Amino acid sequence: MDIIYTIWLRSMKRFIRSKSRIIGSIAMPLFFLLFLGFGLNSVVSLSSFGENYIQFLIPGMVAMSVLFTSVFSGIQIIWDKQFGFLKETLVAPVTRLEIMLGQTAGGATTAVVQGLMILILSLLIGLSIQSIPGFLVAIGFMVLIGIGFTAFGIAIASTMEDMNGFQLIMNFVIFPIFGLSGALFPISSLPGWLGAITMFDPLTYGVEGIRYGLTGVSQINPVICFAVIGGFTIAMTGIGAYLFRKISI
Amino acid sequence: MPRRLTQDHIIMTIAIHVENLTRRFGDLVAVDHISFEIGQGEIFGLLGPNGAGKTTTLSMLATMLKPSEGTATVNGIDVEQDEDGVRKSIGIVFQDQSLDEELTAWENMDFHGRLYRIPADIRNQRIDELLKLVELEDRKNDIVKTFSGGMRRRLEIARGLLHHPSVLFLDEPTLGLDPQTRNHLWQYIATLSREKGITIILTTHYMEEADRLCNRVAIIDHGKIIALDTPANLKDGIGGDVVTIKSPDTAAIVEALKEPWINRMDPHDGEVVISLRNAEQHLSTIVTLITGQQIPISSISVHKPTLEDVFLSFTGKTIREQEASTTEIMRQQMKKMGRH
Repeated sequence: MDIIYTIWLRSMKRFIRSKSRIIGSIAMPLFFLLFLGFGLNSVVSLSSFGENYIQFLIPGMVAMSVLFTSVFSGIQIIWDKQFGFLKETLVAPVTRLEIMLGQTAGGATTAVVQGLMILILSLLIGLSIQSIPGFLVAIGFMVLIGIGFTAFGIAIASTMEDMNGFQLIMNFVIFPIFGLSGALFPISSLPGWLGAITMFDPLTYGVEGIRYGLTGVSQINPVICFAVIGGFTIAMTGIGAYLFRKISI
Repeated sequence: MPRRLTQDHIIMTIAIHVENLTRRFGDLVAVDHISFEIGQGEIFGLLGPNGAGKTTTLSMLATMLKPSEGTATVNGIDVEQDEDGVRKSIGIVFQDQSLDEELTAWENMDFHGRLYRIPADIRNQRIDELLKLVELEDRKNDIVKTFSGGMRRRLEIARGLLHHPSVLFLDEPTLGLDPQTRNHLWQYIATLSREKGITIILTTHYMEEADRLCNRVAIIDHGKIIALDTPANLKDGIGGDVVTIKSPDTAAIVEALKEPWINRMDPHDGEVVISLRNAEQHLSTIVTLITGQQIPISSISVHKPTLEDVFLSFTGKTIREQEASTTEIMRQQMKKMGRH
């Protein structure tokens, strides 16, 4: 446990010091929220959601913030590899599993904090929290997304030699995961075949879970959401730990 | 009863024992059946050109790389049987920097101390002590990004000592540092060995470094140990002094100087390196013999033998020439592996 804490602590120190990175990763979901939210608010009417589009969009943007930050945190171990710091950890008398779990805990915490920042900013532009338990449910789903996708990032980073493939992963894996998740639109409004694809996207269940917590309404049963995103998180942690064990420097 | 190693009439406990250690990467044999023993408290140098197999050897001893063949023990612990046991008892300073640049010097030390599970009170005390030792205590709360190369190196050495290892590995400790910082670091390393009795094994391709610091030096080339002794004995093995003659016609010089008082001659790269006793007395004879044959001399110099001359006498090449050819071999090897 103390090793996991040590590695988590390092992530936190780096996170707090990287002010430009914090602001940079809040900017994108915030701009989405402002431009799409206010831009489409009057055009889009969602029959199943009595409220406006901004209310619908906020959970999606929170999930987006958690998704991008967590994948990015996971992939950061490539930098540790390139700057040599990973050697320092790998040659210490600690297990690879402890290192991996520490990285995951650090990445997930960072991601959830970023998500909370979006959530707090959302309160200023019209989000009304339904209930405290609901708010906690939303945070629970954010934590699951954070852990699952940090582990996902570590799994990817463990198989990559350098940052060359990073842009490719971002464009062809992460962005589709975000786009197909129902963060921007209700999945029920999609044509059948596309709707089916969203059902294979783990983030869909995360977004719906957060949406249930914040607005009290969701298109997928929150219990199913919890089961799927929870299962994804466990599977990814396992795969990430397995691939990280094989990393060589 | 621990096994003992006798050398120069001093009896030492064995810190590192290596037998037939071998590592292959595909077809390339990076380390080729090397064997040696290092006594406790010794400063032992692995000297050789880049690509000779020094870092690979070190990586195997530090459990970072599995041997293909052979065995190695560190403090009596087998590197393959008990990785954690070995890791706890060694400290490593890697060839490439391995600090977190976003953290302060103190935080880098603290991270290391926690990874090695040193209790907080002892940890804090040792960090302060070591930062003082490497003269970084007034910069301890500065981010490492602002440090110079020499300061980073010193911090890494301090970090490597934090968990009180009995063996310290230094991989090219002064690579890329300016001469002044290098000198300074040599003093630290010598002091460490003297005051704390730590066994130090270092790799280097700087002759002077091996000569000044090491009790014993293993000269390594193409994965094999070609000579192993104290720097003084290695240099004595050359046989006296070294005369270097630069000339466009080296072959003719070798022909002209077939004299019984010359121990050996190595023509290479536009110069002839001659070893002989009492060079000063024979210098005029040498010049007379060469000029008598109408052979032009560009320059002539006399010096005491260095480890560079030792390397040359064993391999027929200087370290720099060898480095060029080894790089070429590795490049070809890479191409071959890429094609497969």
